[in-house]
Amino acid sequence: MTTPLQVTARLRDPVTTADHIRGPADASVTIVEYGDFQCQFCGAAYPNLHEVLRQRADTVRLVYRYFPIANVHPYAERAAETAEAAAVRGRFWEMHDWLYEHQDQLDPVHLSLGVEQVGLPPDELNAEVESRAHADRVRRDFVGGIRSGVNGTPTLFVNGVRHEGGYDLPDLLAAVDGASNA
Amino acid sequence: MSDPNGLIQPGRPAPGFTLPATPDGGLVGPEQFRGRPVVLAFYPADWSPVCGDQMSLYQSAAPVFAQYKAVVLGVSVDSIWSHRAFAESRGIEFPLLADFEPKGAVARRYGAYNAQGEADRALVVLDPTGKVTWSYRSPPDVNPGADGIFDALDQLAADRKVMAG
Repeated sequence: MTTPLQVTARLRDPVTTADHIRGPADASVTIVEYGDFQCQFCGAAYPNLHEVLRQRADTVRLVYRYFPIANVHPYAERAAETAEAAAVRGRFWEMHDWLYEHQDQLDPVHLSLGVEQVGLPPDELNAEVESRAHADRVRRDFVGGIRSGVNGTPTLFVNGVRHEGGYDLPDLLAAVDGASNA
Repeated sequence: MSDPNGLIQPGRPAPGFTLPATPDGGLVGPEQFRGRPVVLAFYPADWSPVCGDQMSLYQSAAPVFAQYKAVVLGVSVDSIWSHRAFAESRGIEFPLLADFEPKGAVARRYGAYNAQGEADRALVVLDPTGKVTWSYRSPPDVNPGADGIFDALDQLAADRKVMAG
């Protein structure tokens, strides 16, 4: 077996209807983010991605996939499974936004308050998360990311190609505009 | 100082060795895991943020490695004491091996030692018989992720099926 010159830099799992997608279905640019709710770099990228979607509302959509690095971020897995429990109830993005806007409040007590603020029943979601009802879904995203060469968070793929630039607004706008014109 | 022959290539038998390893300093080496694939992850140093990423990532991927019954061994020239503190701080449960004395001796045998006196960031996958089946050297500042490793493990599993069939 041969040694490849470079480790894969392309997204292997295509976007499907099972994904969490924000933005127009017919967008010419799709950003796939592999993120960890407790990762500070993901937290720093969050408002910038938001702004990209606002400024390029007709051309860009965002797909979020879970990539919790649980041994370093003890609340990341639970946060991801809670987001998935919210997704089942049609509130994924509300929960996603709350998590990134409250990264210092991801402990179970504050997380329950967040679930309530999003308008969902905390005890019910808590029970689901405790029973690991959503663990498989989170794991599936994680493994797919591993197989696509995700090596840390955030990792973005823009139209399937790994984004090697930064996560500041100008970097992100340049990346999506480049992909849009490609 | 690096091996003029470069990183060990597929098809070669993996040099045997044991090194003190986390958590308790006991001697660990690939030959203890014959019958299972072994992933040797050489890396430059504990604590550098990029290294933390790579070893933390492999810990997070432990359930996937387990599906392949694969053993992951991290190797750097750091001492067992550094490895221990590093492993504790990052929640790393797989063994980190101290290639500390004589410094880098194992990394040199695998062609994964550099002029800076550190191990290269190099991945070597051994098949269950201890033969090298895949190897890859990454630039020192680039975390190579794990996709290449899992592709190699998939290939091993496929080869084994062919042999059994």
